[in-house]
Order: sequence, then structure tokens, then C-alpha cells
Amino acid sequence: MLRTEGLTMRFGGLTAVSDFNISIEKNEIVGLIGPNGAGKTTAFNLITGVYRPSAGNIYYKDRDITALKPHAIAEAGISRTFQNIRLFKEMTVFDNVLIGCHLGIASGLFASTFGLPGYRKREGEAREKAKELLESVGLLGARDELATALPYGAQRRLEIIRALATGPSLLLLDEPAAGMNPQESLELMEFIRNIRDRYDLTVFLIEHHMQVVMGVCDRMYVLDYGQTIAQGAPAEIQRNQRVIEAYLGVE
Amino acid sequence: MNKKNKTWLTLGAAVAFLLLLAVADRFFDAFTLRVFNLCAVYMVLALSLNLLLGFTGLFSLGHAGFMAVGAYTCALLTMSRELKELNFFLTPILPWLRDLSMPFLPALFIAGLVSAFIGFLIAAPALRLRDDYLAIATLGFAEIIRVLITNFQPLTNGAQGLKGLPSYSTTYVVWAAAAVTAAFMVLLMRSSFGRAMKAVKDDEIAAEAMGVNVFRVKVTSFTVSSFFAGVGGALLGHMITTIDPKMFTFTLTYNIILIVVLGGSGSISGSVIASFVVTILMEALRFLDEPMDLLFVRTPGLPGLRMVVFSVFLMAVIIFRQRGLMGNKELSWDSLSRAGLRLRRRAGGEGKEGPNA
Repeated sequence: MLRTEGLTMRFGGLTAVSDFNISIEKNEIVGLIGPNGAGKTTAFNLITGVYRPSAGNIYYKDRDITALKPHAIAEAGISRTFQNIRLFKEMTVFDNVLIGCHLGIASGLFASTFGLPGYRKREGEAREKAKELLESVGLLGARDELATALPYGAQRRLEIIRALATGPSLLLLDEPAAGMNPQESLELMEFIRNIRDRYDLTVFLIEHHMQVVMGVCDRMYVLDYGQTIAQGAPAEIQRNQRVIEAYLGVE
Repeated sequence: MNKKNKTWLTLGAAVAFLLLLAVADRFFDAFTLRVFNLCAVYMVLALSLNLLLGFTGLFSLGHAGFMAVGAYTCALLTMSRELKELNFFLTPILPWLRDLSMPFLPALFIAGLVSAFIGFLIAAPALRLRDDYLAIATLGFAEIIRVLITNFQPLTNGAQGLKGLPSYSTTYVVWAAAAVTAAFMVLLMRSSFGRAMKAVKDDEIAAEAMGVNVFRVKVTSFTVSSFFAGVGGALLGHMITTIDPKMFTFTLTYNIILIVVLGGSGSISGSVIASFVVTILMEALRFLDEPMDLLFVRTPGLPGLRMVVFSVFLMAVIIFRQRGLMGNKELSWDSLSRAGLRLRRRAGGEGKEGPNA
């Protein structure tokens, strides 16, 4: 599904990610962990085209997507959420999800302004879809509120369904459980598994909550100072000496 | 409020407005009518700038440049052969242009298209920049346009400008243009394309991640805005009936930014209201520039005093309503009826606020 080869990103003298090789199969839930500043979000930004890598390639469904712009990558079927929630602040909850449906509507200036039939049909479908998505996370009642007026947990959920609205097959979640209490984290795990099954997704997620990562992921990669120091099933990672050193330090 | 009521209200408002136009056209004196029509021209210009500034979040200072392109294109297309020969007495006009003459409406449309095309050409390089850098770049491009117009004698008659343009910008023409522009903007902002523009303004990175082609949206927005700027410029030219390069300096752009910011960037109704407020105030405050009798003191005429007063007014608005008169809200029958309810409640006495006030 997603494969990277020797992915490297340098910012001046700093190598944020070096020789990052991953391979994710369809319908897997894969975790990416590591201490702060290890290069996890940079790796996400490389995959979604926010940064052009200094070296290496990214393949999605065996197609080279390394040089694509972010919107083209979204169009190819990779969608994401952000570490520090990036909802559209001045838009309503409903409009936020509708923007996610943009790819499905995508009409030119004139077709959409003058409401030509083809556009109307797609816009109508998009509204239905947005409504369904909102309903699925219990936010339909808040559809006309400003996105920023929602409580934190709801904003996270909204960001996830906005990403789902683009109709992805690969979903990248950047710290979805950040700032959640244990109960909310448990619900989130359930939610992630749920959407994976319902929308036939593959999920790649960054997370600090060990409980969440260990509970939901089939496999995981561990980054430290841009290097991949370990990979494998959660149980293996827990016993891995280098991972423990990276997180707790060495005597 | 139900849909049927709203339709009737809208129809009523449209009829009332048409009546106002008829009255204005018939009974206003020449000066008042000129100011009234100027409101419409400024409305077209403010709405077009608002598309950039308010909806797509692009800070462009190049509006005067596109107005100049529109004004010159339209003027050259509508002037008769004799008029052109009269104007181009220093350097003869390009021969193919000399015999070109067409009715006003197609010329107006072509003026918009030419301006949009120039806007498109400028957008591609300029929109790789953002924020203040974009502002400076567009300011530069507008200056380039002005300098080109000044120096390309055979096409534009250079610094002498063009005189004696047919005064085609009648009350009905300018107000029809304003209405079409406003309607276009309303429809555009309700569409998926308008939504994408707002998303780009709000958060470019998130918009891109949602599959919005940010660069394309920006270029389109810039091109459409240039189209209406060109139309506005052409209307202005045919209203004043004289155009020259000095007319299209940065000051003109500044006036339009003023309207947009005062009305609330991101609000169509805000731009509409502010075009009236600013245009009328600019003229109404003219007495300040003239000598005044203040009981015992007689002040000499202070040209520019009205701009001082105007600036104070602008500052007051910005201090008390940071986001302009309308913020990014729109006026609608619903919001009006809510405001009416609030007023009635307040008049009914304090402490009687409804449960869902």
C-alpha cells in the first residue's frame, strides 16, 4: 500500500529523518512512535507532500508519489489529520466536512457559481455524505456551530471525519489521542478500528499514548533522532532494549 | 422566517430599488447623481477586491493597475475614429486600432477579459509569494502597468491621456453592473469554489491536505478579481470621460481597500454598505477643504482637511469594530429580523431578556 525507500529530509545541517524505510500493507493499523523531536511529524509531512524529501522515494499503490503536491496526494487517496488540530476556524462544523468532500465535487468556477446540473448533483451528494459522517460521530447536532466552539475531543473527531470525507484509502493520524484522558483514548481506539473496517482503510498513526499504540496497532516503527531504531509487533517493541534506552535514557 | 416571505421581501426590495434608480435618474441634480452613480462603480471595485482580500486572503495592492487596463481597453474600443485622431495629435495611433469602434457593452466585457488576462499573467509569478511580499509584488506590477501606459504613446496616448470619452456610464448601466457583480459574488461564495477560497484563507496547509488545489484557487480568484476591477475601471473612465495614467496611482487602490476594510473584509454586504458610506462621506466632507466661518474665526481653505477627518472616522471604526462594520457576516432577512427583535426587546425594558436571547 505505502512504501518508502531511503527517505531522507535535511533542514540545513539537521537531518530530521534519515533513511526511513517502511512498508504498510492494506488494512493494517501501523504506529509510528519516538521521543519528541524524533522526526515523526516530518515523516508524515514528507508522505503527504508538505515537504519535498532531500533523498529517497515514496510509493503509494506502487505509484511514485514523491514529487506530488499535497492536493494531488490527497486526490490519490492519502488523507491526514494534524498534530495541532487544523480545522477551518471561521467555518461551521458542517462546512469543515464539506471542504473534505471538495475532491468529490471539484467543479470549475462557472459550473459551481451558476449551479450547473452536474455540479448540483455532486454538491447534493457531498452534503448527504457530510451529514452521514457527522452523524457517525454524533456531531450532527452541532453542524451549524463554529468548528472552534467544539470541545477538544470533538474537534479531534471532526478532524478525523473531515479527513475521511476526502474518501481516502490510507489515513494518517498525527497524535489523535493527544490531550485525551484514558477513557477518551479507549473510545478513540475503538473508533479507529471501527472506521478501518467500515471504510476499508489502512491507518498509519503517530502517538505518544503507549496504551493507545500498543492497543490498536498491528505493527509499529520507532524513530529516534531521525533513525529507525526498531520495528515489529507491539509486544516485541516493548522488550526492545534500544527503544527502552531511547525513551528512558542510558545509565 | 419562511422562504415565501423572504422571496416577497427580496422582490419588494428589488422593486423599491428600481424605483429609487428611476427617481434618482429623473430628479437628482447632476452632482448628486454623479455621487450616487459613483457609489455603484466603487461597489464593483470593492466587491472585486473583497474577493481577494476578504475571501481568499490575498493581500493585493495592485487594483489600480487592473482598473487602468480596463479603462484604457474600453475607451479605445468605444471611441470613434475622429475622436481618436483628435486625441492622438502628438503620435499617431496604431493604424489597426484607429478604425476599431464598437458599442459600449461588448467593449466593457472585453475590457474585463483583457484585464483578467493580464491578472492571470501576473498571478502566476506573484502568487508564489504570500502576505506582505505579495502586496509589494502586486504594487510593483500595478506601477509597471502605469509606466507602460505612460510610455507607450501609439497605443495609449501616453501622459496626455484620453479625453472626451463617450459618457456611457449612465445610472442604469452602472447599477446594473453593480447588481450583476454583487449577485455573482453571492453565488460564488455559496458554491464549492467559494468554500474552497475561504478554506485557503483560513488554513492553506489544511486546505491542501483536503485536496484543494490552493495555487489554482488563488490564481482563479486573482483572475476573477481582475476582471471586475477592469469593468469597474472602464465604468469609472466613461463616467469621468477623461482618463490619464496619473489617475491610476496607488491612492486609488487605497480608496478601495478603505471601503473593503471599513465594510468588513469577507462580507459582501459590508462592501456594499461601505461603498455608499465612503463615497458619500468623501463628497459630503468636501466643505472642510474650503474656507469656513466659525463664528468669529475665519479659517483659510485647508485642502486635505477632509481626509484628516476621514482618517479619524476610519480609526474610530477600527478601534470600536476591529473587523469592520459587518465583520465577515452577511446581511440577510434573517439577520435583519433578529436585529429587529433585539431592538424591540431592548426598547421593552432591561431585564426582560427572553430565555434564548
